[in-house]
Amino acid sequence: MTVTTSLPAPGRALRRPGSGLAGGRRRAGYLFVSLYVVLLVLFGVAPTAYALYLSLTRPGSKWAGLHNFLATAHDYRFVPALEHIAVYLLVWLVVLVVLVLLLALLLHGGIKKLVPVFRFLFYIPGALAGSASVLVWLFMLDPPISPWHPVESLFHLSSLPQVVEPGHLPFIFAMIAFWTGAGGWIVVMNGALNNISDEVLESARIDGANAVQVALRVKLPLIRKWVVYMVILAFAAGTQLFVEPTLVSTASFGEVSQFWSPNQLAYYTAFTEANFNYAAAISVDLLIVCALVAGLLVFRSKLFEIE
Amino acid sequence: MVQATTGHPSTAPRPVAAADPPVRPRAGRPSLRRSTVLRLAWWVVMLAFTAFFIVPVLWVLLAPTKSDHQLVYQSPMAFGSLGTFVRTWDAIYGFQGHELLTWLGNSAVYSVGGLVLALACAIPAGYGLALTQFIGRRVLLSVTLIVMIMPPSALVLPLFLEMNLFHLLGTAWSVVLPFGFFPFGVYLCYIFFSSSIPKELLAAARVDGATEWDVFRRVALPLARPIVALVGFFAFVANWTNFFLPYVMFYNDRQYPLPVGLEYLVSSTSAFNPVAGAQSPVLRPELAMATLVAIAPVFLVFLFAQRALVTGMLAGATKG
Repeated sequence: MTVTTSLPAPGRALRRPGSGLAGGRRRAGYLFVSLYVVLLVLFGVAPTAYALYLSLTRPGSKWAGLHNFLATAHDYRFVPALEHIAVYLLVWLVVLVVLVLLLALLLHGGIKKLVPVFRFLFYIPGALAGSASVLVWLFMLDPPISPWHPVESLFHLSSLPQVVEPGHLPFIFAMIAFWTGAGGWIVVMNGALNNISDEVLESARIDGANAVQVALRVKLPLIRKWVVYMVILAFAAGTQLFVEPTLVSTASFGEVSQFWSPNQLAYYTAFTEANFNYAAAISVDLLIVCALVAGLLVFRSKLFEIE
Repeated sequence: MVQATTGHPSTAPRPVAAADPPVRPRAGRPSLRRSTVLRLAWWVVMLAFTAFFIVPVLWVLLAPTKSDHQLVYQSPMAFGSLGTFVRTWDAIYGFQGHELLTWLGNSAVYSVGGLVLALACAIPAGYGLALTQFIGRRVLLSVTLIVMIMPPSALVLPLFLEMNLFHLLGTAWSVVLPFGFFPFGVYLCYIFFSSSIPKELLAAARVDGATEWDVFRRVALPLARPIVALVGFFAFVANWTNFFLPYVMFYNDRQYPLPVGLEYLVSSTSAFNPVAGAQSPVLRPELAMATLVAIAPVFLVFLFAQRALVTGMLAGATKG
């Protein structure tokens, strides 16, 4: 600051009072963000950097290069965990996009007075996010006590271990994630749909489009960027699956493996095998994936304006 | 649906119908039938999904009114008795010396502690990012957005390794401090301050000789009450329902918050194992009761903060 103001450039004298003020405001700016920046560095940047450091070293701080990453690639547990998460993500994202759009469009095209009612009813399971939702669905899926028992007996499922067999898990976890998360996304999509101007919808109707055509050809393209936003956030969150397989593994008396998802495997290697370098390598893999998709969304989509 | 219903009357004054009256009823009837079918389909889908979303919640509310035996042999949605509800409560309340109460207290301390820290960071930071200029502002904003989109659980194991390094494992700080780092809250405050506070108001205060800190404290902060509630709501819900972070940070079950306590209950009582669980004091009704205790605070916050919720979800999706 002092350097620029001491420059004897023409017109400086006129601007000097202004730039002095701006300088004060700039210092104030640093002060306002300081506490947040401290936490960002301590609990965002530092753990990431430390995990990166651990992932590139062996116990005793010896440089390991990509050894830990190569070891994960050859781990008999890591590849299946990746496959599990891939199947889960596929099921979860398809279910999420199709059903959230269906419900949001039905809600928006429906009786206006009922919108807040349904929106709230669909949002309620959000209060059970986390382990509560998994527990509730363990009850719901336990054939002797389930309200959906007739449906389950159609599929010849009579005990919990049969229900939570490995092949079913991606579907069960997608259902739990949908149950707790869909309501929030319906709120978002509903808000986006409310932003569409009435003239656009009116002119479509005058052109002879019926309700279904208006929904699919007019409304849907106009909320596309929110769908992208939802898919990216759901994808990033989906790679992190932990509480669901952990609880199902606990409740099913070990039927389900303790390293069903990559995060579980990272947890297992850190806690049971005390192999922090290896656990860090898995965490770094997941962090990179999440940072990439987040960066893509921030810089490539036009959702966020950083003026 | 509204299009279908309002579309129907609007067919009446159509020139064709007006020019040829006898045709009108015949042309009207299929459209009437079509709209009835559509309306019926609408209700079927909406009610089916309402059942999907709500039946599990009702089930959990009803389960503690029944014994484990009744859960199996009575209709799933039947109400048991209030007496059983009290007995269920006594059983879960007495579990390991009122441990449920300890977990509830822990949850409150961690969630509220994290929330207060998050607010103390996010409000000045959002204000600074929106209304002051400084070098690195754009970078900080971009980093905030990226971290906001990344799921918090991606940082859990790195945080565990860090806390292990600093010997903070097993202390309340190991969860409260990371809870305080809440980029979504910073972003919400940033949007609020850049869209809701007129810059002229701040300029006027500066002309009157107020320092930057005065401007923030006397002008901006009193106007920021809605955003305090909004960020508080999202921070509280996120902290209260967080499972992974406390799960890795605490090794003593006395320090668990409720979500981890639920997992502990499942593991220590085998409620889902009819053989091992037969003698356990905690069976499925007790587990359902513990779930109710765990979700009640968030549910209450939901009831009172519906408006905040809708605005916040939308602010998260778009700036404006």
